[in-house]
Amino acid sequence: MNETIRVERSSRASRLFAVFGFLLVGLLVAAPFFGNRSVLYLLVEIFVYIALASLWNLLAGYTGLVSIGQQAFVGLGGYSLFALTIFTGMPPLLAVLVAGPIAALFAIPTGFVVFRFKGAYFAIGSWVVAEVYRLTFAQVSVLGGGSGTSLPVEIVQHIANSRLERDSVIYWTGLGIAVGVLTVIYLILRSRWGLALTAIRDSEAAAESVGVDNYRTKFLIYFLTAGATGCIGALISLQKLRISPDAAFSVNDWTAFVIFIVVIGGIGRMEGPLIGTILFFILREFFADLGSWYLMFLGLFAIVMMLIMPKGIAGWLAERFELQIFPLGRRIILPRDKHISFSQFGTSAISKKRSPTKITDD
Amino acid sequence: MPFKLLETRGLMAFYGDFQALFGIDFQIEPGETIAVIGSNGAGKSTFLKSLVGLVRTKAETVSFDGQAIWGKPAYRIIAQGMSLVPEGRRLFPSLTVEENLSIGAYSRRKGPWNLDAVYTVFPVLKEKRILPGTALSGGQQQMVALGRALMANPKLLLCDEISLGLAPIVIREIYEQLERITANETTVILVEQDVKQAMAVADRVYCFREGRVVLEGRPSDLGREQITKAYFGV
Amino acid sequence: MDLPATLLDGVLLGGLYALFAAGLSLIFGVMRLVNIAHGDLILLSAFLALTVTTHFPIHPLLSLLLVVPLMAVLGYGLQRAVFNRTLGNDILPPLLVSFGLSVFLQNALLQIFRADSQRLHAGPLETWHIDLPFGMTMGALPCLMFIVAVLVIGGLQLLLFRTALGRALRAVSDDGQIAQLMGINNAHLYGVAMAISLAVVSVAGVFLGIRANFDPSIGPTRLIFAFEAIIIGGLGDLWGTLAGGVILGVAQTLGARINPGYQILAGHLVFLAILTVRPQGFFPRSR
Repeated sequence: MNETIRVERSSRASRLFAVFGFLLVGLLVAAPFFGNRSVLYLLVEIFVYIALASLWNLLAGYTGLVSIGQQAFVGLGGYSLFALTIFTGMPPLLAVLVAGPIAALFAIPTGFVVFRFKGAYFAIGSWVVAEVYRLTFAQVSVLGGGSGTSLPVEIVQHIANSRLERDSVIYWTGLGIAVGVLTVIYLILRSRWGLALTAIRDSEAAAESVGVDNYRTKFLIYFLTAGATGCIGALISLQKLRISPDAAFSVNDWTAFVIFIVVIGGIGRMEGPLIGTILFFILREFFADLGSWYLMFLGLFAIVMMLIMPKGIAGWLAERFELQIFPLGRRIILPRDKHISFSQFGTSAISKKRSPTKITDD
Repeated sequence: MPFKLLETRGLMAFYGDFQALFGIDFQIEPGETIAVIGSNGAGKSTFLKSLVGLVRTKAETVSFDGQAIWGKPAYRIIAQGMSLVPEGRRLFPSLTVEENLSIGAYSRRKGPWNLDAVYTVFPVLKEKRILPGTALSGGQQQMVALGRALMANPKLLLCDEISLGLAPIVIREIYEQLERITANETTVILVEQDVKQAMAVADRVYCFREGRVVLEGRPSDLGREQITKAYFGV
Repeated sequence: MDLPATLLDGVLLGGLYALFAAGLSLIFGVMRLVNIAHGDLILLSAFLALTVTTHFPIHPLLSLLLVVPLMAVLGYGLQRAVFNRTLGNDILPPLLVSFGLSVFLQNALLQIFRADSQRLHAGPLETWHIDLPFGMTMGALPCLMFIVAVLVIGGLQLLLFRTALGRALRAVSDDGQIAQLMGINNAHLYGVAMAISLAVVSVAGVFLGIRANFDPSIGPTRLIFAFEAIIIGGLGDLWGTLAGGVILGVAQTLGARINPGYQILAGHLVFLAILTVRPQGFFPRSR
């Protein structure tokens, strides 16, 4: 029995999932070669929601900023795309990338205003700002005003020559953005920043007392999230080939659904948005024709989840089976017969397992 | 067997997963004044909060006035006649002095205590009755807190460190009033850091250390060395 | 632009907004709960009144006799069955639960009543005018709305500061733990607070329905108006909320005069401007 103490970051489960993940991404990259149009379209939608949900999770679940106004940046991204391609002739794919930083720039004055609020009032304040953007763009007639506009044919053809190529190109861009967003979030959470965020979320006062600059950290995350959301928003509008204020800045599509995905999937865990998105699309496949019943069901589902399973499915899995996919915890391996695990939300469970001692925190 | 107004057997208290009390056996008869002493963190405040239902507990029995009260919510226990003067006064900042006193009578128990009675014992409060509770000095706030607890006409009064943060002369005044108040059959448990003060007013003393009772008896029967040993555990 | 008339319209509209806001302000004060479904509950009241007046030939204002108690009971039940379980230090649960409720309500109303625009008909009250000096006129209905708002807020103040119940509500909002020591059943009192809040909401809903066309989707915007009125006026003071509502109303009517499409946007911009310059609002109550 060795007496040294080791610190590990990944578990066997997470290593397995890493391999699985690589395989999956590889498969997805090859999809345009054997998938049809509607499958590609659906996959892009899934990538979009995985990315949006992961970003919202980073904001609310890790940084403690519950925003009901992220649709502002979805819309800003979309309108930036249209403005850039129509007025400057920028290649559409490049414009998708440039739309991100543009949305991020808008996040600066936006953040300055909404950060005057805390908690639930921050939530509503962020919504108000999103509404301001929506109403303002409805007045901008060069971009279609209240009824919106379509992407001019020349620009559509600029993306790629054939429809199939165009679909593939948009698809790969979507896949790239989703993978990129997940990677960046993972890196942030694994870094010192991730610790800072968890500290802020657990106790702002305590975090400040150990030197974390709450305001700056939160603002930075808000800024980055806005940029990524803008990118995604640009992609959404590109795929739709059309934009209108109500669609681009829709609370339902870009916030309500995202919130449900994260709440049901599991807030404050990276696995949550993934699980939630999959579940969401499965539900959509079966129930979406029921229209309002479907949304009523979603609303109720979210309420019930929050009451009985506040950490979502991912949280339940993590606590029940100590299952985690992303190696975001730290496991301390001691050469002694005790097994202590700390769940992400601070509750500890002392179990009397007699396996090689691991103290884990996730 | 003399009637026990309050009795606990094997009382354990928890803050989340952290255990603060490890099986307290305690009893008090009507009219008695018992002091609970012990150093910081010994579990004295936790004990009072456990009695009144503010802390999660496990116990063999907790009975008050002949009824089992373990697991009952705080507001029911108050309605049955227990009242707590909390540590740090904890007056309601949005309420005036008089409103703070009046709300003490929310459970509408019958008894000798009402606004006039409280003002008779603490005349200075009558002058300041329309001021917000927090505009008073520490000692006066303590009077309000005490008066507020009395307005519930309790059978058992619990006082948590009423001398904390007050000047000695103020402490003496408060304890004088307390003795006068408790002269008419109010049963009192007081948690007190000031051992001398506690021993002066108590019929019996319990000493807590690290969540357990380590000493119990009449002040006259307990020697100074005995108490120090129990208090500090040396 | 007829400035005095516009201003008057704005002030009277502010009364409605203050009614929207009063219920929200109360429960935030008592239990720090921001009910995202607040606006949708206003709509629910309007639709309830619609149902009542469709089945009984009575005036919408008279339907309040039924709608107010119904909503109050609903509020009590909602609080005790759902919201009480979300109260605590974490802001997420109450926020997300009320968000879910908002989506549920909107779609339930949509399912039952369809998306058609509705209106409550108040008969001759809709056209009565009161003649004022300087050639101005004031609609009887907006005037009544404003008076009711003042009465409701006055009533709430009376309740909070002159009754034992109000004292208990203030105590609970100060310190929930110590309130229990007074013998207060917090769960019950929170339920009462929500019942009062929804009673006020129902009055707001009926006036909304009389004043303008309504449909299930306009709930969230009413929530935003309520929120803006509260923030402009300053947290913690109901009269401040009335002032906030008036300022918002005036901002909107001025905007509408310039261009009808600018009405809501004007309100938002004034709100944001005030927030930037004076984030504590105009009449904050310091705690």
